[in-house]
Amino acid sequence: MSTALLTDLTIFILSLWVGFEVISKVPATLHTPLMSAANSIHGIVLAGAMLIAVTANNAVGYVIAFVAAAFAAMNVVGGYVVTGRMLKMFKRRPTAPGGDGSTTNGRRA
Amino acid sequence: MSTFLWTTQLLYVIAASCFVLGLHLMNNPATARRGNQVSVAGMVGAIAVTLAIVIHSGAVSATGWTVMLAGALVGSGIGLYSARSVQMTAMPQLVSMFNAVGGGAAALVAIHDYMRLTDAGASVATSTTVTTLLDVLIGSVTFSGSIIAAGKLQGVINSAPVTFPGARIVNVLLGVVVLGTGGYLIATPSLIGLVVVIIASLAFGVAMVLPIGGADMPVVISLLNAFTGTAVAMAGFVINNWALIIAGALVGASGSILTKLMADAMNRSIPNIILGGFGTGDVAVAALGGSGSIQSVMADDAAIQLAYASKVIIVPGYGLAAAQAQHEVAALADLLESRGVDVSYAIHPVAGRMPGHMNVLLAEANVPYPQLKEMEDVNPEFARTDVALVIGANDVTNPAARRAGTAISGMPILDVDQAKSIIVIKRSMGHGYAGIDNELYANPKTSMYFADAKTALSELSAAVKTLVG
Repeated sequence: MSTALLTDLTIFILSLWVGFEVISKVPATLHTPLMSAANSIHGIVLAGAMLIAVTANNAVGYVIAFVAAAFAAMNVVGGYVVTGRMLKMFKRRPTAPGGDGSTTNGRRA
Repeated sequence: MSTFLWTTQLLYVIAASCFVLGLHLMNNPATARRGNQVSVAGMVGAIAVTLAIVIHSGAVSATGWTVMLAGALVGSGIGLYSARSVQMTAMPQLVSMFNAVGGGAAALVAIHDYMRLTDAGASVATSTTVTTLLDVLIGSVTFSGSIIAAGKLQGVINSAPVTFPGARIVNVLLGVVVLGTGGYLIATPSLIGLVVVIIASLAFGVAMVLPIGGADMPVVISLLNAFTGTAVAMAGFVINNWALIIAGALVGASGSILTKLMADAMNRSIPNIILGGFGTGDVAVAALGGSGSIQSVMADDAAIQLAYASKVIIVPGYGLAAAQAQHEVAALADLLESRGVDVSYAIHPVAGRMPGHMNVLLAEANVPYPQLKEMEDVNPEFARTDVALVIGANDVTNPAARRAGTAISGMPILDVDQAKSIIVIKRSMGHGYAGIDNELYANPKTSMYFADAKTALSELSAAVKTLVG
């Protein structure tokens, strides 16, 4: 087992635990935006797709590099934009109907 | 370790910290937007670092740059367009498509690396083969499975469970092919072997999702989200990239938690969903309780009940989302509020198509956030409620869940039957996802208003205006 693999494995396992801890505290109302946010974060695969270009040197390699870059970019850009759209709706609306102080904050009562 | 490598790795770790911080800030609606911005900043940083690595390598040909940038531009364009134009009700399909392309890209990263290694005739380290196989397997299953899931939600593919004789045998065979070929590849690197794994995995993704009904799709999409994260982390192992490993593992963990929460809220177990069939155990379908007569009601009567109530709780369900009636329900609520009626919304954890989906839909219709109440908070309020208005929600209101021996036993429900009177807007007496009768409908306090949610709500608003103006 190489040192690099051991390092990778350590990082992987610790990141899993961080993921469990960070996520389990989110209220149900934010689950869909959260799913979408997590969805955009796996768009990091764009970094991997870009690195394909470093070693690509034949037609098949270039096709793979193109498709991977397109897929990953679609994931990351679309994911963040749609998450942003969803979250924008949680913003407080000063002109909301009902009139009273019920819209003072987006925070749960 | 060179200074350049040192710096890039450090920057990757900082970018990954942004992802963690971003997710953490999403704990709370007040900070959620900032969380997303922090996450975006991390992503921009990670991509910039990667760009620096690509430039620093000096090994990219002109063609390489062209395909990389063209691919990124095309993908960004499609992603931006679809994310901007999608209807909020169709959002789960879009998330599913992003899962598909993310998983596909992760698989391609490993496939390309494997091609490079086998082309060079080099021996492939066992750890590389194992992570490549896992990446290709998970990535391909996610790719085809997510497309099927999106197709089912969009109605392009029959959303009912699609089964055919011998399906289980096909699945077992595909599993054997993947395992057998995988085992062979560990001993003998072979590109053809990898192609076999890819094809079998793609077929497996289709075979896995096709037999699952549309109602379970949110859970499946969430599961595939976790799969994609895991595939990305595996890709990180293959090309030894920390950013991919950390971010992929984060998403793998978050997706798993979400999947479990969703499955719990629907009283389903994940193995049950994947293996198909509702409640494989005791599905003694409960008969309707003794006084099983159903009363129906017209718009005018329902409107009067609502207008003269002092407290109304609206229970939105999938039928509201499907009819895209969120604006109509908000209009009716505004109208009632202007008459001094206390209106709030009871949101079941799985109302709509995903946890929190209903909140997003109602937020889109400008419903003030504090009016949305979660199940635990709202359940004690039903007893003080004059009218509970159930719109296209079924199983989550069925009192049968409180008894043992029904398909939904133990599922947490909204205590709608505690309200003084209940109006149910529903297109027909059809069953919910659980396929059982809803005892709520036979309750003497319940009136059924048979109509499409959108039509019904517009009629109610109109009736309130004309009758009690």
